[in-house]
Amino acid sequence: MTGNRGFVKLDWLTIFLYFALVGIGWINIYSASLDDSATSFFDFSQVYFKQLVWICLSLVLIIFILAIEAKFYERFSSIIYLVSLASLLGLFVLGKNINGATSWYVLGGFSIQPAEFAKAATALALGKYIGDMQTNIKEFKHQLRAFVIIALPALFIIPQPDPGSALVYAAFIFPMYREGLHYVYLLLGFFLAALFISTLAFGVVWVSVGILAITALIYFKNRKKKKTKAVNYIMAAAVCIAFVFSVQYIFNNVFEQRHRDRFNIVLGKETDSKGIGYNTNQSEIAIGSGGWTGKGWTQGTQTKGNFVPEQQTDYIFSTVGEEWGFLGSMVVVILFLALIVRVLVLAERQKNQFGRVYGYSVGAILFVHFFVNIGMTTGLLPTVGIPLPFFSYGGSGLWGFTILLFILIRLDASNSYYT
Amino acid sequence: MRKLLLLVLVLITGVVFAGRLFYLQVYDTSFQKLSENNAIKIQYDYPQRGYIFDRNGDLLVSNQPSYDVMVIPRDVEPFDTLEFSGLLKMTVEDLSESLEKAKTYSPRLPSVVIPQLTKAEYASLSEKMHKFKGFYIQKRSLRDYQINHSANVLGYIAEADNKIIEKNPYYQMGDLLGKQGIEMQYEEILRGVKGVKYIQKDRFNREIGPYKDGIYDTLPERGKDITLTIDGVLQSYGEELMVNKRGGIVALEPATGEILALVAAPNYDPALLVGRERSKNFTKLWYDTISKPLFDRVLQGEYPPGSPFKALTALIGLQENVIDTEETIYCAGGYRYGRNRKLGCHAHRSPLAMQAGIANSCNAYFCTVYRRIIEKYPTPQEGIDNWRAHLLSFGMGDYMGYDLPSGRPGKIPSSETYNAIYQYPTYKWYAPATISNAIGQGEVLLTPMQMVNFTAAIANRGWYYKPHIIKNIGGVDTIPSIYKQKFQTTIDPEYFDPVIDGLYDVYNYGTASHLQIPGIEICGKTGTAENYTRVNGERMQLTDHSVFVAFAPKDDPKIAIAVFVENGYWGSRWAGRIASLMIEKYLKGEITRTDLEHFILNGSLEEEYAKPYSGEPFLINQ
Repeated sequence: MTGNRGFVKLDWLTIFLYFALVGIGWINIYSASLDDSATSFFDFSQVYFKQLVWICLSLVLIIFILAIEAKFYERFSSIIYLVSLASLLGLFVLGKNINGATSWYVLGGFSIQPAEFAKAATALALGKYIGDMQTNIKEFKHQLRAFVIIALPALFIIPQPDPGSALVYAAFIFPMYREGLHYVYLLLGFFLAALFISTLAFGVVWVSVGILAITALIYFKNRKKKKTKAVNYIMAAAVCIAFVFSVQYIFNNVFEQRHRDRFNIVLGKETDSKGIGYNTNQSEIAIGSGGWTGKGWTQGTQTKGNFVPEQQTDYIFSTVGEEWGFLGSMVVVILFLALIVRVLVLAERQKNQFGRVYGYSVGAILFVHFFVNIGMTTGLLPTVGIPLPFFSYGGSGLWGFTILLFILIRLDASNSYYT
Repeated sequence: MRKLLLLVLVLITGVVFAGRLFYLQVYDTSFQKLSENNAIKIQYDYPQRGYIFDRNGDLLVSNQPSYDVMVIPRDVEPFDTLEFSGLLKMTVEDLSESLEKAKTYSPRLPSVVIPQLTKAEYASLSEKMHKFKGFYIQKRSLRDYQINHSANVLGYIAEADNKIIEKNPYYQMGDLLGKQGIEMQYEEILRGVKGVKYIQKDRFNREIGPYKDGIYDTLPERGKDITLTIDGVLQSYGEELMVNKRGGIVALEPATGEILALVAAPNYDPALLVGRERSKNFTKLWYDTISKPLFDRVLQGEYPPGSPFKALTALIGLQENVIDTEETIYCAGGYRYGRNRKLGCHAHRSPLAMQAGIANSCNAYFCTVYRRIIEKYPTPQEGIDNWRAHLLSFGMGDYMGYDLPSGRPGKIPSSETYNAIYQYPTYKWYAPATISNAIGQGEVLLTPMQMVNFTAAIANRGWYYKPHIIKNIGGVDTIPSIYKQKFQTTIDPEYFDPVIDGLYDVYNYGTASHLQIPGIEICGKTGTAENYTRVNGERMQLTDHSVFVAFAPKDDPKIAIAVFVENGYWGSRWAGRIASLMIEKYLKGEITRTDLEHFILNGSLEEEYAKPYSGEPFLINQ
């Protein structure tokens, strides 16, 4: 049986890294969520106990994923993708509003966030499309279709509103680049994203002034050259400014107030009810007060004092920083780096294009989460509310990343030896 | 190269994070210090709420200081519960219950333990507050009413509940905000903006000064004063007249749409809803389901308008060119239609032309005109919808857009209404099926506010301003522009004079001739509206509502008024008299007909209101 021999050939290094991160994550959730109201360890109303249940359930999920034939994931990728889109659309009708975003289904006592599962589904669908013999990613028509596959779930997620989760879909530019997409797309993508974010953060006037200044600078530097025409520069600047104004217009006139609030929170304009840039500030203080070795597990005064909002979820890394210090934080950072690098190695050694695209997608998604989340908690990036994979509290998030990673492990196990 | 891009980015990110972490955790040691001095206490500074004045500049509502005992559950240390509950004049159980509630709301945010202490209670408590960690006293300002009327107009203020706090992050537990009336409508103007002070505390909970030197602190902004269009004298007089009666009075200045008086009866003293007795009093008012003092009958009551509606039937008839002012119509004690069906009328001379028809309130005349209006069109559906369009232009059948937060749309039936009732197209219906509309019964329902509005539109000969109660904000003439916009009705100006002459004759020799005021030319119309109620599920007819609308003087009208007295029987019996007194009070400033005034002030309808609840059979329209 292929199943048995494939099991032996699982990539145990990746699995080890996974369990290390989940385990350390839980230890920190325990510390961050511990308060006096717990009656016993087995108190189901406690966040840490709920997360433990989710972790145990994900073991079952892992066995399930590994037990399925690898071919299944490629063959059924379109159906999985469509089901996932339907579940996102269904939120508009059946979704429940929690903390201002209609991103959850509530079944019994559990809430499920379909956006967390849509990432894996999109990665499968993208792999299937690019892996198709007839697809040539260098052709514009095919690029367009690939972009549609990526953009659809993101478009359904934005109006929930959950711009943070939608932002993650930018990660798919990396597998496409790996498969031959022209680098101009990467530059353009980064440029537009930067314009978009800076428009919302600094306002149209400043960004327009910035654009004009930069274009003028480049123009005066290049004006001696033969091909330089002022008209082209003016046109380029005009297009950029038009983009900036349309972003502002859509934001102010098309979006509803709740969408704007959510974006403003994400951009740190309304970080919290106190309105004093509190979250990031507190998170930096928590991490900074950790020193070399930290204050010790469950000993963090910042953590205990509940100074950092959302500490079990998006700000879980501040607990690591405070209680385990520089050394502990570096262990976590290195574990993440090792996992992402290992995933990229697995991706490169896939024998078919489907597997490689999927693997790259996994690596890129993990990277974007890691980059944005730790960048935010350490005060390097503006506040964007997305979780730290395997670490942050939340069953849907944990399951979503588990599925994402273990499908790759399953593909790798069969791929290496049986194709 | 393509293989390497992401890998390189990942490694660069790793290096950057390592550097940043080293900087934060090892290199820069200031964070240790910061984490020790990290607790921030927020102190709010509540501004004075804006004052409310009436149109004559008389102060209606000002403020008085009040003190709330607040708690931050996380900071509470063990204390002598017996002593503290004694000081607060509450039981130990109540105290622990309210602490439990505060903890559920939030362990870190302040909650109210006891609202609205008096100055004396505050003085005795404030010396001992230091013994109770986690508790403190928050000063607020409460309303101080200079008057004992207008409760329905002013509304009241109350603590923000969880629903409001969720919806509007400006409000916190214990914050006060306007509910109902002016206080709610102009909440943001009256309340101002509260100031915030962030105070840095160390980890031993000692205050060590303003957070970041106070750069995030804000100063409170005082609420703006507002002036109402209400005439305090007239309003107060109207409430006196309505004692022991149910219903309402609403008076407008036709030339501006300003509301001069808005009386709902029964009413209550606004001061009842201030201070520690507030919740007890509120419960009492709330559970009075028989006289319903919190129900604003002027804005929320939907009644059949009765005969005053005939003026509109006449106007629409003229506009649709189905009648002129000369044509006379016979009345043989009523209007006959269908097979042996008759809508009765009272005794008067016959036949009558329009002016006399209005003065005598002849049912047959208006039924005839109404039927012609509907039957002018090929189908009754078109006829009804055309008739309805005229009425909507008078502000009926929908919320009127005045600046008070309660109201009802009333009802003007459309072709769809009757199609549904008669199951069209299975069964057909024709104009006679809707004939009661002609005389303001049937499916037509108006609020008293809508009645006064059409009266004002008639007084103005064809236009009106939306009724409003705000005269200015903060002393400047800054009312919303919607109230400066003239609304035209669909009736041409030349058709109003004959109808107004008819309304004048109502006082001259018609149904209200005994209510003339010497020296003032009044136009008005009586109304007597049949009505039904359910007591214990049983439908029964009650004594007719007494209705009256009027405006005066006839040329250059200064006041338009609608009076509604529930179960007051015929129009001029109660409503007409009250309207007459109100007009005299407003235009002359004093009452010459003291007998009439005496009769109204001492008259009571309480017996009438008790009848349906007596459990015994009773007579109506006595």
